[in-house]
Amino acid sequence: MSTLGFPLFPEQASTMAPRVDQLYYFLFGVSVFFATLILILIVTFAVKYRRRSDDERPRPISGNLGLEILWTLVPLSLTLVMFVWGARLYFITFYPPSDALEINVVAKQWMWKAQHAEGRAEIDELHIPTGRPVKLIMTSQDVIHDFFVPAFRVKNDVLPGRYTTLWFEATKPGAYRLFCSQYCGTQHSGMIGYIIALEPAEFQAWLSGGATAVSMATAGENLFQKLGCVSCHAPNDTGRGPSLVGLLGKAVRLQSGASVIADEDYIRESILNPQAKIVAGYQPIMPTFKGLISEDGIMQIIAYLKSLKREEGAQVKK
Amino acid sequence: MNGPIEERRQHYLNVNYGLKSWLLTTDHKRIAWLYLIVVTFFFFVGGLFATLIRLELLTPQGDLVQAETYNKLFTMHGVTMIFFFLIPSIPAVLGNFLIPLMIGARDLAFPRLNLASWYIYILGGLFTLAAAAAGGVDTGWTFYTPYSSIYSNTHVALTVIGIFITGFSSILTGLNFIVTIHTMRAPGMTWFRLPLFVWAHYATSIIFILGTPVIAITLALVALERLFGLGIFNPELGGDPLLFQHLFWFYSHPAVYIMILPGMGVISELITCFSRKRVFGYDFIAFSSLAMFVSGQSVYASMIFSLLSMLVAIPSAIKVFNWTATLYKGSISFDAPMLYALGFIGLFTIGGLTGLFLATLGVDVHVHDTYFVIAHFHYIMVGSAVMAYLGGIHFWWPKMTGRKYPEPLARLAAVIIFLGFNLTFFPQFVLGYLGMPRRYHVYPPEFQVLNVMSTAGASILALGYVLPLAYLIWSLRYGAVAGMNAWKARGLEWQTPSPPPTDNFDVTPVVLQEAYAYDVDEPEVIYASEKAAHV
Repeated sequence: MSTLGFPLFPEQASTMAPRVDQLYYFLFGVSVFFATLILILIVTFAVKYRRRSDDERPRPISGNLGLEILWTLVPLSLTLVMFVWGARLYFITFYPPSDALEINVVAKQWMWKAQHAEGRAEIDELHIPTGRPVKLIMTSQDVIHDFFVPAFRVKNDVLPGRYTTLWFEATKPGAYRLFCSQYCGTQHSGMIGYIIALEPAEFQAWLSGGATAVSMATAGENLFQKLGCVSCHAPNDTGRGPSLVGLLGKAVRLQSGASVIADEDYIRESILNPQAKIVAGYQPIMPTFKGLISEDGIMQIIAYLKSLKREEGAQVKK
Repeated sequence: MNGPIEERRQHYLNVNYGLKSWLLTTDHKRIAWLYLIVVTFFFFVGGLFATLIRLELLTPQGDLVQAETYNKLFTMHGVTMIFFFLIPSIPAVLGNFLIPLMIGARDLAFPRLNLASWYIYILGGLFTLAAAAAGGVDTGWTFYTPYSSIYSNTHVALTVIGIFITGFSSILTGLNFIVTIHTMRAPGMTWFRLPLFVWAHYATSIIFILGTPVIAITLALVALERLFGLGIFNPELGGDPLLFQHLFWFYSHPAVYIMILPGMGVISELITCFSRKRVFGYDFIAFSSLAMFVSGQSVYASMIFSLLSMLVAIPSAIKVFNWTATLYKGSISFDAPMLYALGFIGLFTIGGLTGLFLATLGVDVHVHDTYFVIAHFHYIMVGSAVMAYLGGIHFWWPKMTGRKYPEPLARLAAVIIFLGFNLTFFPQFVLGYLGMPRRYHVYPPEFQVLNVMSTAGASILALGYVLPLAYLIWSLRYGAVAGMNAWKARGLEWQTPSPPPTDNFDVTPVVLQEAYAYDVDEPEVIYASEKAAHV
């Protein structure tokens, strides 16, 4: 990669990487231009106007309005270009494509745990297919962590108490370093791993390999039974709690009169802190499940609820 | 001027002797020395931590110190350097010494408050040193919750209480400067005749007063949360860990200007003196100082934050261009302070331009929390602020002590520091873009070559910092007698003997022109004694 004995640029292994690098080259070019300009001016002036005799009294120049306007407007317009270009890239990284493959990630001091919808779980490794957008739904069990893959040019904080997302599309197979980039305690620098990008067919083979795993939705359904959720949340709105069929992504009207979208964060909050948002027409009788269910378990229940949505759609077709 | 008479003249250093005369002084010049001694102590303590960090990073394995120790080292390095060296350095030492001299006042507006500020600073420093001695703190100088509030079992509370206390010292110093600049200017010293050094300190003082309470409260909340389990930042109790970051950066973003603005003030004085030119675009530099603190009050929403960070770049660019233009058709000499000033412009340019990478959202996603950030803020805070501080110390050393420092050695040190600095921190830009995260005790082997370069640079830099310490102390006793105006500068502080008398001026000066009248031969054209002005 380089004759210097060390690389100067990280590998480009995602659709985002060349886009970020392009902007980086632009910023680099602007920086080199201005740094060189200042250097040349200083050296030239320093040599040309060096003091030759102690009696020199140079004529004062108090300023030049034209120059001041020039060197205000030129940097201003350049920074606005940078701002707009950077903001457009940021929008792309912020909103995952809707057809992305969803994978759940739980961070804790000091490891990365991931579980695929089909059930296969892994630690400090994440297998993904190339050529397909992958969306990570992440949360932390303790402090703030940060999921960082330099070869993909993406990172995002992983927070306790809420979900954050990160998406990327790997362009070539390989193993790419995964770092925790938000300081998280003693073994922070040990919270590393690899993203292993596989050709789609190999990825499918990998998914079905390993120990016979239960899919996340099935694991979630088991939890739903075991924790007794089903006794109130009956599928046909006959229970003491609202039905959860087809809930995800829909708007829910609350007792307060407000309306919220039932996303992953809403489900998570309703399990751990049920009194926070009461659905209109229901009593605040649900107990908290804090301490009874792990972050992984909540993600499985969410996966189960998402699968209910699909089944309902199928039923309507019949 | 012959020796014996010079010896007999009474000035602020020989007016009385003994420890008590120093510890109970209300003379702003002596208080500046008290600060200088303590600030220097903290600089070398912080430097010692940095040395250990760089030695550990010589190899990819964690072989010199344990992970826990390493985390404490970078935390204590950040805390001492930022809160106990960089923030007080230029304002409390040079600002304290020079502001009354530059505006023709006998002292600051509240001399006893000034001494109290120093004691408050010492008290805060003792708390933080006690925390270090008791086993240290490992949260990083940013104290992010919930790690700092719940998970860390090191001396977080003691450390943040130390910083909380020290904050009051900054607030009181800022207050003192503002009142002094408003009320104690000599006759004829109008606002637009103020040296740019004074303008810079005026802007800094406003940030001291507006910004410091926010971080003090934020850190106090961390301490309360640890001691009493308040739950403000604890998601388990319905708190929000991100709230800390919003509050913290509300202060710490402007705080960067606390650290760099006074340095910019110093540079404006140095560039003009050593090129014997009125500063190019005085009003643009003055107003860009104020513009920086306004745009520093940022909201953390990514877009606004990005845009504001971009806009901060404009006043910085204006200053760099104006300093460069000041050299044009000047009469430039290359004494040590000027070498520091020219070095400052170069390093500040790189630091400022790389700041744009961090302000640009799409690229920031990649370089955030990597060594790119480390390199960037060291270019600003060490490359620029410390260069300005050292340049200022050298420039005003003859005024403060009445002695000259050895010029050839000083030039050598300035060059060593410039080269050592770049070798230390430039490779870190590359490391950051490659993806090396900050605060890593152990790192992948592919990053080693660049880390070895950085450590090599740091050892050169260390030599560069020890040199001035040695020869400046030497010069106190053996340096040549400096005389009133060692650099033929035009500022008011150079129109009184060195070292100045306790009351600064024997007669109240009347200011007839601004401090950059380098085209006139006689200082009397710029300043007159009160009597002369009335004639």
